Parts: sequence; C-alpha cells; structure tokens
Amino acid sequence: MSVLNSEKLPPILKDSVITGLITLVLAVPIVGLPTINATEGLQIEPRWSVVIWMVSAVFLGRLVLNFWWHREQTSSSSTILLNTPFLQSLQQLLKFIIPIGVLFALILPTMPFASRYVMDVAILVITYIMLGWGLNIVVGLAGLLDLGYVAFYAIGAYSYALLANYFDWSFWICLPLAGVFAAISGILLGFPVLRLRGDYLAIVTLGFGEIIRVILLNWYEFTGGPDGISGIPRPSFFGLEFKRSSEGTFSSFFGLDYSSMHRIIFLYYLILALALLTNFITLRLRKLPVGRAWEALREDEIACRSLGINPTNTKLTAFAIGATFGGLAGSFFATRQGFISPESFTFIESAVILAIVVLGGMGSQIGVVLASVVLIGGTELFRELEEYRMLAFGALMVGIMVWKPRGLLAHREPTIRIKTEGSS
Amino acid sequence: MAEMLSITGLETFYGKIQALRGVDLHINKGEIVTLIGANGAGKSTLLMSICGRVQARSGAIVLEGLDITKAPTHEIIQMGVSQSPEGRRIFPRMTVLENLQLGATTNQMAYFEEDVAKVFDLFPRLNERKNQRGGTLSGGEQQMLAIGRALMSRPKLLLMDEPSLGIAPILVRQIFQAIGRISKEEHVTIFLVEQNAFHALKLADRGYVMVNGAVSMTGTGAELLARPEVRAAYLEGGAH
Ligand SMILES: Nc1ncnc2c1ncn2[C@@H]1O[C@H](COP(=O)(O)OP(=O)(O)OP(=O)(O)O)[C@@H](O)[C@H]1O
Ligand SMILES: [Mg+2]
Repeated sequence: MSVLNSEKLPPILKDSVITGLITLVLAVPIVGLPTINATEGLQIEPRWSVVIWMVSAVFLGRLVLNFWWHREQTSSSSTILLNTPFLQSLQQLLKFIIPIGVLFALILPTMPFASRYVMDVAILVITYIMLGWGLNIVVGLAGLLDLGYVAFYAIGAYSYALLANYFDWSFWICLPLAGVFAAISGILLGFPVLRLRGDYLAIVTLGFGEIIRVILLNWYEFTGGPDGISGIPRPSFFGLEFKRSSEGTFSSFFGLDYSSMHRIIFLYYLILALALLTNFITLRLRKLPVGRAWEALREDEIACRSLGINPTNTKLTAFAIGATFGGLAGSFFATRQGFISPESFTFIESAVILAIVVLGGMGSQIGVVLASVVLIGGTELFRELEEYRMLAFGALMVGIMVWKPRGLLAHREPTIRIKTEGSS
Repeated sequence: MAEMLSITGLETFYGKIQALRGVDLHINKGEIVTLIGANGAGKSTLLMSICGRVQARSGAIVLEGLDITKAPTHEIIQMGVSQSPEGRRIFPRMTVLENLQLGATTNQMAYFEEDVAKVFDLFPRLNERKNQRGGTLSGGEQQMLAIGRALMSRPKLLLMDEPSLGIAPILVRQIFQAIGRISKEEHVTIFLVEQNAFHALKLADRGYVMVNGAVSMTGTGAELLARPEVRAAYLEGGAH
C-alpha cells in the first residue's frame, strides 16, 4: 500500500464514504428500528449501536478493498506476464487432482475421521455437485439461463415418493422413472421458452419453478400439500435392507454387526455413483454433435442456424438431459431424507445450484466441484453461526466474484486437438 | 444450363421498412455470380432471405426446382446451401478445429479428415492455428475460417457476404484466389456479395448490380466492368 500516491486517495475515500452512506440508509430501517412485542402492543426499540457498527464495518471494508484493487492495478503488468505459465501449470496440476479427487471420494468412508457428520456433509456436497453438473448442461454448455432448476429436483423427489407410496415400487425401478418424468417436464418447459433468451428466459424458468412448487403445495389429496410425504422407503442393497433385524438385512447377510453407518455409507456411494455417471455422460456428450451444438448455441445462435443446426432440438435436448439429472438427484434426496415437502424446493435451491455453476466457471465440470465444496461445505462449516449462515454464504459468493470474476475455473477445454506438427 | 437458384419478385420487409423491392435473379450450376451495390442496397438482406433468416413477404426462392421460400434455415442448409455470413460469426471460444467441426454438422462429420485437409490446403494459415480459439484470430484469419467452415458441409451453393471486408489488399487477393479454386476444384456454385467490385467482377461469370432493393443491371463480369455507370459508382478511386 506504500505505492499509493496522494492523487488516488480522494476518490477512494469518496467511494468508501458513499458505500458507508448507502449502508446507513439501508441499515436504519432494516436493522436500526426493530419492532418488539411489549405489553402495550407493538413498539419500536432503536438499536443505533448496531447500525454504527455495521456502517463502520462496511466503510472500513470498502476502504481496504479499494486499497487492494489499487495495489492490483499497479502490479497488473507483472501479473499478466505470470498468468500464462501459471495457468498452464494449473492445467497440469488439474490432471493429477482429478484422479486423486476421485480416489479420495472413493475411500472417504474408510477414513478414521469419517464420522456420521462428515459423511452427511459429504453426501450433501456430492448431491449439489450432481445438481450443478446437471444444470451446467443447460446454463454452462447451452447458455440457457434457467432459474427454475429446482423444479426438476422436486419432480424427481415426488416421483419416487409418490410411486413408492401408491404402488410400493422399489427405489431401483422408480429411479429411472423419476429421470424420465423429469426429462418430460424439461421438454414441457422447453417448448414455451424456445424463442426466449437471456432475461426473459430467466423469468419464465423462474415462474416454472414456482408453478411446480405451488402445485405440490396445493394438490393436497395427491401430494399431501404442505404436510409433505413421510415414510418414504429407504433403498435396499440388492434386496437387502438396512435394518436392525436378523433376517434379509444387509448386516445379517454379510455377517456384520448392525450399524446405522452402513446405510449412510451406502447412500454416499449411491450419490457418488450417480454424480460420476452425470459427469461421464456430460463429458461424452460434449464430444458428440449434440454437445458441440449446445456450446455453439451458447456462443452464437444465428451462426448455429446458418450451419444447419436445429436450435429447437438442441435446446430441448439440453433441457431434457439437464432435467433428467436433476430428477435423479431428486429421487436420491427423497430416499435419503425419508420425508419431503414443498419447503425443500424453494427458489433459494435454484439460486444455490445456479451459484455453484456460475461461480465454478460456466461450463467447467471441475469448477462445479470446487464451488460445491466451497459453498456447501463452507456454509456447513459455519453451521454454528446459525442465522448468519446465509450471510457467510453471501460473503463467499461476493468473495469469489471479487477475486475470480469469471468463476473459479473459467478455462474451457477444447473437445478436439490435433498435434501441430505433421499433416500437410 | 441447369439452374441452381432462381429468385422471382422477392420482397422483404423489416417491419414497415421495405428492404427488397421485387428482386429477380438466377444462378446456374457451377457459376460464380456476384452481387454488388452500395451500402444499404439490400445485399445482405437478399442472402439472409435465401437462407430463411428473414422471411420474404412475397416472391419465390427456388433451389434446384424446390420452393424454399418458407423453409426454416436449418432445413435450407441441410439441402446443400452454405454461407459465410456478414460479420463472419466465428464461435469465439472454440478453436479453429471445433469451428470446422460445427461446419460439418449437416454431414455428421462423415468426411471430416478429408475436408479439413482441403480447407488447410486452401488456407495454410488455418493449419498453423488449428488449436487457437476463434476469437483470438485476426480478422483475415477469421474470414478464412468462416469460408472454410462453410465448405465443411460440402455445399452445392455457397453464399458469401463480403469476404474481403476489412482485409489487407494482399490477403484480399489470396481470398479471391481461394474462391476461384473452390469453384473450380470443388464444383461449388458461388453467390458472392462484394463491395470490392473490381475483384469480384473479374472473378465472376456474371454479375448483378443492386440499387435500393432491386436489381438495376446485369451482365457478364467483363460487361459490367466495362459499363461506365458501374465504373463511376463502384470503381472510382482506382480499385485496381
Ligand atoms: N434488422 C433490421 N431492421 C431494420 N432495418 C434493417 C435491418 N437490417 C437491415 N435493415 C435495413 O435494410 C436495408 C438493407 O440492408 P442490408 O444489410 O441488406 O444492406 P447491404 O446491401 O448488405 O449493405 P452493406 O453493404 O452496408 O452491408 C438497409 O437500409 C438497412 O438499414
Ligand atoms: Mg451487407
């Protein structure tokens, strides 16, 4: 910060003061004047000290940030030079990180620190990785901004719950069916939004997410409305159930002592397999004509048309395949929780999944993993903060956007490469 | 000679603005036909109407005996029309090879290796830069890529909108040479829209001059080059 010259100081101060003032204006009504239930009725009890704390924190934070930015600017010429080899070595590092990461995920349950809590968090993180990968097809690859992705998650969850409830079908039959239902609803959503782009697409998909939630909430006779559905059957391991009983259970078959961890570990491997399947299929699709068409569509729809790509089919397949993975993840969610209600499928879920995709670096598969670990794992670490968790979540997002404005991994790997030497 | 494309009485509107006022024009198989005209004459609009990117209000566009006036773009392209559009429209985040792959969409990349080799033979510069991202190519290289990408579908009819726009004279010559080779070696019928009237008319079998949304003059390339009105309006300032 010693490089700061005196000319830069006034604008920095001004900017920080303005930010402080905006905080003041917002904080006074929202934080400064809380209502309390007193015996004489509703009363206002001002909390000026909190307001002052907030304003000074924002002012100082902004000031520090400004200084940081300024420092960045003065040293930017050297960072650009450093950038390319740095990126290359990062690329090489990633080649090792992927197999190590998968290996780690595979042996995680055998680790000494793999307590029930750790496994629960891991399952949660991987669920979001899978959802992120699913949405990545729609948003990251095809470039269709979908704010209602949670609808497919909900459809998958309710498909399983309802099929299991009404017909008593096993998880393994319902899982593909849930994928099919989600795919169909993806196409249903796709049709009306085919001609929309950008903001308008976002608004309609947002509406779609809400419509599904509202239907689930109000169709009481069928879905149980706000009460949700409970007693959703747990999945079995090739017909062996995870129960404390002496016959036909997982533990008795393998001659193990019953432990509730068995089911957790089984669920962990289940979601890990589903997520890896999602990733595998996406990576394959990227190299096929349909995947190339998605990416081309994201870059330039008009150029796509003039190369003979049918944008209708391309968009519908993106919606359908993205939705399928959402649906599969939804079924998993239902069987893991054993209870679902519309409350689990609010807009905030869509927003979190979208944040994972965007912060990961649109279209990057590893970016999604990193963002899920940071955002979901990170907020889980802050569980003690209770109601401030969302604040931590927001701060993490802002942090990523400040340091990595194009996402954690903005690099796009080409789908075809020919060595430069050879070939005339 | 068999007709590749024939256009009769074509009228295209943008809202209330009429851009094409009854265009009549035909292109025979194997020809290079060029269309010249001032800015805003409606040249790009005509190409876009052929591809179905804008819908004509009246008139007919017939491709090898089939009426394509109302067909959607992707179907027209699948029938063997290809274009290097105005503004090139390269996919910027994709590499040269990926752009070429997308050009081969209509034939499912059946002849990919062979066709890529042809494109690289036509434009060796692209070979040197095949793993580079489209957006980082120079303007001229992007133009080569746009033409190469259009060739990947093995078109019967290639529509080109100002391939020499914003390109240095030396490269312009290369690009026109390449267009000549495409016509001769690949037997592609070419419809070339150009501002660079001198080069275009020299290369073309026939030419049309468009003024204000309608064809005002037609003839062989050499005839048009010799016409004083053409020289005055499009060749002043010594394009040679
Ligand atoms: N999308 C549009 N909306 C309204 N008017 C348009 C639109 N596109 C083109 N025009 C108008 O139609 C007319 C013909 O445009 P066009 O692009 O076909 O010209 P052009 O002959 O290709 O010109 P140039 O040589 O500058 O490329 C122009 O007057 C233009 O302003
Ligand atoms: Mg034009």
